Amino acid sequence: MRFILDIFTVVLVSAGAFFFLAGTVGLLRFPDALTRLHALTKADNLGLGLVVIGLLPRTGGLYAAKLIGVWLLVLVASSAVSQLIGRAARRGMLQK
Amino acid sequence: MTIESALYIALAVLVLAVAAWTILARDDYAAIVGFVTYGLLLSLVWVSLSSLDIALTEAAIGGGVTGVLLLGAGARLRSAQESTGVERPGIAQRVSAAALCALISAGLALTVFLLPEPAPTLAPSAAANLAATGMGNPVSAVLLAYRALDTLLESAVLPLALIGVWSLASDRFWGGRPGLQHRADREDVLVFLAQLLPPFGALMGIYMVWIGTDHPGGKFQGGTILAAMWILTKMAGITDTPPISRRWLRIVLIAGPSVFLAIGLAGFAVPGTFLAYPAGFEKPIILIIEAAMTPSIAAALALLLAGPPERKPNG
Repeated sequence: MRFILDIFTVVLVSAGAFFFLAGTVGLLRFPDALTRLHALTKADNLGLGLVVIGLLPRTGGLYAAKLIGVWLLVLVASSAVSQLIGRAARRGMLQK
Repeated sequence: MTIESALYIALAVLVLAVAAWTILARDDYAAIVGFVTYGLLLSLVWVSLSSLDIALTEAAIGGGVTGVLLLGAGARLRSAQESTGVERPGIAQRVSAAALCALISAGLALTVFLLPEPAPTLAPSAAANLAATGMGNPVSAVLLAYRALDTLLESAVLPLALIGVWSLASDRFWGGRPGLQHRADREDVLVFLAQLLPPFGALMGIYMVWIGTDHPGGKFQGGTILAAMWILTKMAGITDTPPISRRWLRIVLIAGPSVFLAIGLAGFAVPGTFLAYPAGFEKPIILIIEAAMTPSIAAALALLLAGPPERKPNG
């Protein structure tokens, strides 16, 4: 059982790290603000989510709830902020 | 080399790189973003040094509040430069500023390297007397029991800084509302965020103050979160900054330092010296101070960010 949980953690955290890497590459390589945002949100939402799920079997009770709380707060903040940045980009307020 | 030390080295290199980039960035805005990133990385450094209290303060004040202050200052500077023509400091001024900063850094580095091994510390005696303060967090014990005088002076600095900012108001707007009023649609995402987040933020801020006596946390970190929530609702246009002439606002601002000072003076009567707490009541008294200080800190930080009054009281 322990072994299975370890594999679960390794696989999910690695998958999360992959999304962070992909998001960072996209942030650096994509041509404009909207596509960069698209890349970044994958890192925030999916990457962090996978890392959190992967870490859940290592903790329990209150700590697990805190981890999920952190993820939810980051989801709320990043989605709201990317909407704001996206709107600023559409209105041409960002530097080209 | 273990994985852990490799991580620490990577973190240190990253902090130094971001610091260098912040200095070298040509654009004000980029430099400020670099500074905020630097603050967040620095708080990770404090975490890896097991100094969670400092990490929280660095993230909240060093990264958060200072970053927003600098962003506001940068925006003002840009509009001032556009209207009056660009005014850059001369080469002599820049070189002397750089030389002075380098001198201070070198002095600090020298002091750290010349410390005797092991470095002089009061930590064991602070930990040994922790029980007498009734608290579990040695950092809070230092701030509010051993070195309460420093904290009292610090708490008086915030209202003084605010008076300094308010003094920049023109006579026309004295007593008026700071900054511009933000307006947003009811459908705006910022409004949604400002309605969703503050209950959680308020809970977290109060929790951080409450837990501060036994675990990392405290009035400054909690107060900063409360201030951030207030600023968020102001940015979304849900609330407006009250005119600075409002009496209740001024009472909130000075309540914390006043309660602290009153308790300090009461120390003359009961245990016999300034800022001494009567035996057995240390923890409740410290909680009263923290509870009174938190709204004052939150209001002072939020008003510092709002800047000097720029509108008529009823505008």
